[in-house]
Amino acid sequence: MDKFKVMIVDDELDFLETIIKRLKARKIEVTGAESGQRALEILAGQDIDVIVLDVKMPGMDGIETLRAIKERKPLTEVIMLTGHASVESGIQGMQLGAFDYVMKPVALDELLEKMRQAYERKLIQEGKV
Amino acid sequence: MGSKMEENYYQKLWWEIIIATIGFSVIPLFVLGLVIYLQYSESYQAKITESLKTLAENRVGAIDLFFEERISQLTTLANTNPLEKLQEEDYLNRVFNIIQTRSKSFIDLGVIDAEGNHLAYVGPYYNILKGVNYKNEEWFNAVMGSGVYISDVFLGFRKIPHFIIAVLVREKTNIWILRATINSDIIENIVHAAQTGKKGDAFIINRNNILQTTPRFSGTLLSTPEAPNLSAATGISVEQIDYLGETSLYATSLIKNKKWVLVIKENPTEQLTPLLRARFITLLICGAGVLVIILGAVFSTRSMMKELLRMERKKAASEDLAMQSSKMAALGKMAAGIAHEINNPLAVIGEKAGWLKDLLREEDLGTSPNFEEFADAVNKIEVHVNRAKKITHRLLGFARRMEPVQERVNLNDILDDTIGFLENDARYRNIDIQTDFFEGLPSTTSDSSQLQQVFLNILNNAIDAIGKDGEITVKTSHLAKINNLAVEISDNGPGIPKEMVDKIFDPFFTTKTVGKGTGLGLSISYSIIDKLGGRMMVASEQGKGTTFTIYLPIK
Repeated sequence: MDKFKVMIVDDELDFLETIIKRLKARKIEVTGAESGQRALEILAGQDIDVIVLDVKMPGMDGIETLRAIKERKPLTEVIMLTGHASVESGIQGMQLGAFDYVMKPVALDELLEKMRQAYERKLIQEGKV
Repeated sequence: MGSKMEENYYQKLWWEIIIATIGFSVIPLFVLGLVIYLQYSESYQAKITESLKTLAENRVGAIDLFFEERISQLTTLANTNPLEKLQEEDYLNRVFNIIQTRSKSFIDLGVIDAEGNHLAYVGPYYNILKGVNYKNEEWFNAVMGSGVYISDVFLGFRKIPHFIIAVLVREKTNIWILRATINSDIIENIVHAAQTGKKGDAFIINRNNILQTTPRFSGTLLSTPEAPNLSAATGISVEQIDYLGETSLYATSLIKNKKWVLVIKENPTEQLTPLLRARFITLLICGAGVLVIILGAVFSTRSMMKELLRMERKKAASEDLAMQSSKMAALGKMAAGIAHEINNPLAVIGEKAGWLKDLLREEDLGTSPNFEEFADAVNKIEVHVNRAKKITHRLLGFARRMEPVQERVNLNDILDDTIGFLENDARYRNIDIQTDFFEGLPSTTSDSSQLQQVFLNILNNAIDAIGKDGEITVKTSHLAKINNLAVEISDNGPGIPKEMVDKIFDPFFTTKTVGKGTGLGLSISYSIIDKLGGRMMVASEQGKGTTFTIYLPIK
């Protein structure tokens, strides 16, 4: 059950690199994408269980990316990551099918817990299908 | 400065409204009063004139009738009795007695021939008059010429006012005169009947302005009356004439049979008393009307101005509120932007520190002499990232007031913080803030920032109310029985007037001048406490101070 694939999408490269390293150190299969576009490309090539998606990015923003992801892989769970305590974008994300939203900076353990919950939900959803 | 100008403006407006109201009401009132009075006056004057005319006409008619009756009596007598008979004094005496039984006005009766000799005489002055020859008398010549003659009034031998009527009789060959002396009492009586009121007068004058009757006030018989010369009068007329500083109404009428003039004098003030009363009443009503209008204008203007001021204040408050909220919105946007920008680097720092921690754990650095130092430094970085995160999250919370936060709060701590904000201001105004905190006050679940807003509002109001030199006491207590916490904030300011205590939680109620306070602070505080499940109360005594008490449930 712990074996699940994660993708982190954030334009902040330092953040992206570090969190990937830390997740890998925790034996989690993780890939990173620095833009929404890139995330969709990666998603086209492989199945991802949980995506952590930054809301505010240049080019394709988090909400747009979320919409595209849900179109292509509706079962993929998405956790919105925001630097902005915007209830609206959080709620909007949830309405579009995001699993949850967390605010930056977030403790890794907390994020991991959310990822696990998201993966569990994905398993339940797949079971139903 | 602004309020001074505003005050002047309201003062000016007040006067303008009052003057306009009074002007537009009083002018029509006066016009109406004047018109009614003039109309009434005119018709009343006309009525007086008319009644005076009627009186004069009436009197003159009576006098003329009297004359005509006497003349016809004499004419009849003369023409139905032959001269031979009337010459006999016995017969004349009998005839005279018959006449006298019907009208007592005949004094004597004489028969005179064409030469002026007294042929026969009946009357009280037989001895004096029997031998008199009238040939050269004025009346004798007049009667010979015109056939009928009426004399002016004279006193004659008898020293009583009387006049004579003489008629000429033409028989076939004979011309003779029947002459009678008539007491003017009856004419006097007819004229006196027209002497009305307290100052009214009536008299007869001849063409030479000599009195033919005794007036009531204006002179004596056979003298010139103390009145304007009206002897030239022709028809009936009524005139108002000033005579010797006295204004009177004079009615004149000509007596046909004997070109005398009847004069009736009336005092206009006496006659016009109803008119004067009407004038007085008109003035009284106008005066009362003006008074009522002024009072009404003042009252209505006052309430209008009050309403205007209230609306002005409300408008100012809502403008204030709008400005305040747009200010807050701008500030919030800025705060949110800053928080967001800081959150990203903070996230990186946090991750980096986390990575370092991971590495420290994984690799065998335990042997390194500085291992403890590394670990401590990384931990500290994480602690301070957390601290910064709390600040940015609070900033974001400020920017967008989200759902009320439910957190464990300790009222003593919140109050301490809040008082800390205001201590400088209070010290500057020499206001001492005393605290009396319940030790070991239980904590409760509530929203600390909203509570802080409420406490800040009440304390600020207290400081404003005191102004300078005073004391504020903040007391907390635990009401275990009702499972409540209580906060009491008391000041020793001037207190709130009784009639206002009920209103202080109303939106837009403020005692501060327009533009200074929105009147929203306490109403917002009240609704915050209400939303948090508590109650807020106020007690105030003028001159002693005000106490706000807040009860919060322990949850």
